[in-house]
Amino acid sequence: MILENAPALAIGIPLFAAFAVFFIGKIGKRAMKAWVVAGLLAAEIFVIWLTMDAVSGISHFYAVGARFPSIISPGGFPIRIVLAADAASTLVALVAMSACLLAALFSFSFLKEKNAGEKFYSLLLLLSAGLVGLSFTGDFFTMFVFLEVVSISSAGLIAFFREEESFEATFKYLVLSSIGALLLLFGVGMFYGKYGLLNIGAIAALVAVEASFIDFAAVALIASALLLKCGSFPVHMWKPDVYQKASGIVSAVLVASGLVGIYVLFRILFLMLANTPLSAMIGWVIAIFGTISIFIGVTMALKQNSLKRLVGYAAVAETGFVLLALGTGLAAITTRDIFSFKAVVGGMFQLVNDALNIGLLFLVIAAVAFVTKKKKVGEVNGLAHKSPVLAVLFLIGLLAISGMPPLNGFASKIIIYESVYMASPVFSIVGILGSIMLLAIFVKVFVAIFLGPPYKGKIEPLPKSMLLVMGIIAFFILFLGLFPKQAIEFVFLPAANALVNSQAYIGGIL
Amino acid sequence: MSKEMSPIVKNVACVLAIPIIIFGLYIILHGHLTPGGGFPGGAIMASLVALFLIAFGTGWAKKINKGILSWGESIGLALFGLLAFLGLGTSFFNNFLANSNSLFGMSIPFGPNQGFLWTGGTIPLMNIAVGLEVFAALSIIIPIMFSSDESSKEGKK
Repeated sequence: MILENAPALAIGIPLFAAFAVFFIGKIGKRAMKAWVVAGLLAAEIFVIWLTMDAVSGISHFYAVGARFPSIISPGGFPIRIVLAADAASTLVALVAMSACLLAALFSFSFLKEKNAGEKFYSLLLLLSAGLVGLSFTGDFFTMFVFLEVVSISSAGLIAFFREEESFEATFKYLVLSSIGALLLLFGVGMFYGKYGLLNIGAIAALVAVEASFIDFAAVALIASALLLKCGSFPVHMWKPDVYQKASGIVSAVLVASGLVGIYVLFRILFLMLANTPLSAMIGWVIAIFGTISIFIGVTMALKQNSLKRLVGYAAVAETGFVLLALGTGLAAITTRDIFSFKAVVGGMFQLVNDALNIGLLFLVIAAVAFVTKKKKVGEVNGLAHKSPVLAVLFLIGLLAISGMPPLNGFASKIIIYESVYMASPVFSIVGILGSIMLLAIFVKVFVAIFLGPPYKGKIEPLPKSMLLVMGIIAFFILFLGLFPKQAIEFVFLPAANALVNSQAYIGGIL
Repeated sequence: MSKEMSPIVKNVACVLAIPIIIFGLYIILHGHLTPGGGFPGGAIMASLVALFLIAFGTGWAKKINKGILSWGESIGLALFGLLAFLGLGTSFFNNFLANSNSLFGMSIPFGPNQGFLWTGGTIPLMNIAVGLEVFAALSIIIPIMFSSDESSKEGKK
């Protein structure tokens, strides 16, 4: 019975835990930490269970509040809010939930001296519930609500430590998010006005029959809102600002939240446009946005002085890789070429790698700031003599992000280069060049921080919880890099299949 | 620091407190029958705080007990989550109280009627939870926004 309700519980448990943190915090700090970890871990277990089921071919569709949670609607369409847990959505939910869980574990020793516990964890739990909800939802209005939950809780997290200028970044983020949310609401309103429906699957089934201008306009509005959320080229400017000003822990979670935005974008595009002539055009537009994101991200990262801002621009470039791969997959879907499907597989793989690599870099930077007690990490040099563990972890992160062979970045990027090259050689070449430039940029950073004469100042010992979290991420980076074939066959092929195959999704909901 | 207004304004504000609270409670409790519900009702009740801030000046804001309000906020949110979880016997957010002849569980007679308050199952309870949360949260937010406006003006001088 519990497992039957797993999709709702994966959202409900962190939501309830977020509300109850206040009461548990009155008991004591240790109880509160245990409560936060228990809530996130329970939700994580449900998401893992759903992922295992989904990759083995059993997708779960859940109607919230219904007498029978599994969907039965003879002939009609479901009126209730539907949660869809298929291979693609559970994979993204798993990435988001793991990012929140690891960030919570990482932040325990970090927050001890900031003396601000319950509100931070409340926001983090709320953000995790919003992200899982955003990836599971099969209903447009719920999508809007979860997008707002994500925006507001991440804005709270960005401003949380009240460092200089973090308010400015928060304000920028809030204004842009609310513009995005209004665009999304307008698009949803157009769908509702035409069909009187909010269910994504039911609308997609009708759009496939009688597509018209209004549908495409609505899809364009929703797509622009989600591109803003994931920080692609024309609206990438908030991303470096926010990543620079927010704490490293928060930035690592925000990376995952941007990736959930990409997933939702492509879920809608594949559902609505797969059988229309517009899929090629929209697909190429997004692939071009992705390519320009790679170019801009890399070239801007080259001239940054602030380390976090540099990683922020690298994150824009990494987002570009995912958009390039999935956009090419969408553009070539009507011809049913094998490379279009390969591009989608590479895109899903890159999506996971993006969260791992950028997340690890942000966490290492946060750890460097923690052990040296410096506000500007750029002032540190020669740290490898004092803390070789951090140097190794940063090295793993930088080699993974620039796509060096034994690590995960190589495995996903080689698929993207190969498949995109079949569609358009230019995009592929820009991608390869971007990747090489990323290596150059991060080697420069590595030399500046870790090499050189030994670090003079005092350093604190690295807390075990931080080491554990970074170790787990580094393990997955190595694992995915050493066994890419097994990982692709086990997770990414079913995920790409679920994303491309719109009939399975629509059939599951109706 | 804005000053207090004249005794006329203060007395009228005190008199208006009663209808504002009653109207807010009415909107919350009739949320499942008429337009409105927890959020608008809570916001109406919190508008009392704004009225008192204008009438009595910012000094009055210091008398607000934020501890109790944040307890109220958390209780409202936790109650809402708990009600959603209690439906888990069948599914999340299931309305297990409807037509059960217990709390808010009267079954609705067929045909047009004047609206029965004792119906709706968990919906009125969730409205009450949301109303409590919104009232408490806005009562904390409004004085903060009011006083930060004052402090930014002082900073410019």
